[in-house]
Amino acid sequence: MHVVTFTRSTPDTAAKVWVDEGGEVSWGDVATVVNPWDEYSLEESIAIAKSSGGMSTVIAIGVALHDDALKHSLAMGIQNAIRVEEVGADSHDSLVWSRLAAGALQQLGDVDLVIFGKESIDVATDQHSMQLARRMGWTMLSFVSAILDIDITAGTIKVEKTLEQGKQTLSARLPAVISVMKGINEPRYPNFLGIRKAAKAKIPVWTAADLGVELPEPVTSALRYFNPPARAVSTEIIAGEGVDHKVETLVARLFEEKVL
Amino acid sequence: MTVFVWIESFAGRALSSSWEALGAANALATDLDCAVTAIVLGANAEEIAAEAAGYGARGAIVCSDASLTDYRPETYAALLSQLVAEHKPKAVLAVASNRGRELLASAAADTGSGMISDVIELRLDGGQLIGTRPAYAGKVLMEMTAHTETTFVTLRARAFPPAASAVGNAPTIQHAPAVEAPDSIASLVEGFATESGTVNLTDAAIIVSGGRGMANNPRGAPEGLDGEAAAIWKAKDGFANTLMPLVDILGAAMGASRAAVDAGYIPYEHQVGQTGKVVNPDLYIACGISGAIQHQAGMRNSKIIVAINKDAQAPIFKLARYGIVGDLYEVVPALTAALRRRLG
Repeated sequence: MHVVTFTRSTPDTAAKVWVDEGGEVSWGDVATVVNPWDEYSLEESIAIAKSSGGMSTVIAIGVALHDDALKHSLAMGIQNAIRVEEVGADSHDSLVWSRLAAGALQQLGDVDLVIFGKESIDVATDQHSMQLARRMGWTMLSFVSAILDIDITAGTIKVEKTLEQGKQTLSARLPAVISVMKGINEPRYPNFLGIRKAAKAKIPVWTAADLGVELPEPVTSALRYFNPPARAVSTEIIAGEGVDHKVETLVARLFEEKVL
Repeated sequence: MTVFVWIESFAGRALSSSWEALGAANALATDLDCAVTAIVLGANAEEIAAEAAGYGARGAIVCSDASLTDYRPETYAALLSQLVAEHKPKAVLAVASNRGRELLASAAADTGSGMISDVIELRLDGGQLIGTRPAYAGKVLMEMTAHTETTFVTLRARAFPPAASAVGNAPTIQHAPAVEAPDSIASLVEGFATESGTVNLTDAAIIVSGGRGMANNPRGAPEGLDGEAAAIWKAKDGFANTLMPLVDILGAAMGASRAAVDAGYIPYEHQVGQTGKVVNPDLYIACGISGAIQHQAGMRNSKIIVAINKDAQAPIFKLARYGIVGDLYEVVPALTAALRRRLG
């Protein structure tokens, strides 16, 4: 099987992120990491490629910053990395993004399964994976918490999906696009050998012209970024003699606040 | 002109969160001087459409073809895309549930429309629809707009007040035929399992969460367990026997910090934070949670935050409206007992 996953570099979850005076999003000089949700899709891709005797490829769409995420993926054990960059294209627009991604999948030609992390923590969207599936005419299985079976001969996959109401079991035809949740596996850490190999890897860059893709005009615009209004919280540390007295005071306060 | 709103249903019943989407659709339709069309697909579609009329939807398009009984993106998106192409609504609204996200993203791709997801505020500016949405897990906010005839918008749960019930005429119901033949369906729903009686975190009005402090349970772990295994046993026992009674009496949902999930104290489904669920309940009670930045990203928009922590210096107290400095294993049972006396 040829398993493809998409990734990007994002600030770490522990990083402070803010909008600077110029209206740009900043996280200072904190180094980026591989999008935390993608650690699970990368692990799943490596495991499936290995168990099926197949191939794993990771793709990032965007500027050279994302090479860091690609190198981390290679260090974990993904076999192949590609970056797609179209200068001037607004790859934040999910329809532009999914057109480039579909072009890359068509260029690879033999893809059986595409695995995404649940979402990208920077722009916080998950529509890219779903829109790619529609462009390819493939089945979308999102929020997958377990892959129960892949039957290569029959060309089918069976998964457990997470809904708000519980877990649903679905089977589908391959090729398919899936997005996976945290908890589906334990992502491995890159080892020394992997890191050395990844550092030396030369990552090819494909453009829209290489893929024979004509890009649509972006259909969305980010008008502005701004900092959320500061929460004006004055904290009351409940005082009093003993726990029982304190909780009585707390309960009275919560009734006053009308949240009970 | 019209505004579409997808009324999400499960097992033949409308989800109450759908009335939030209908409320947002009603407000938008008032500003645009047009009517709302409820889109209801699957079992009991007509009954649900009538229910939606009671919350202000003047029209409805329904389809209860057997191929729509189980939600699947292929069948649902194919039909929604066709309806959008026919009716050219100004906007298509739905709650940003797992299915809402998938359905709207798919139909937006099919129709080449712009999509704004996870919106917390929606307004019109000179006929242009502008959505405010969180990015970087709410560490920053952004305003987005789309340039297409129809804009697809998913709404964060509990960010919009539910529609008020309205006395109105029976809705104009149109029936739409299903789009795809059953044999062209590429996926098949085989089974379903649910945790009975649990409350969904993103819909919850009250959340009780536990963190790393759950391991400081005074109950001794069974013999033979030590170190990490003992800590896991103690924390699990604490979630089940100390936090759960508080959850039950409040009709709350159970949350947890990433530290508690990663340590194996509780399954991932309960994680609140940047790589878990982003929640905005009326009341959030954090027990033994220090309040790391990535946890704050998931709960900072809760209306009232209560922190219970032994460490008076824990960052969670800066975010909390009320704090009790003390051992959660003393405070929580006392709080549960006090609430039991008040709530009966």
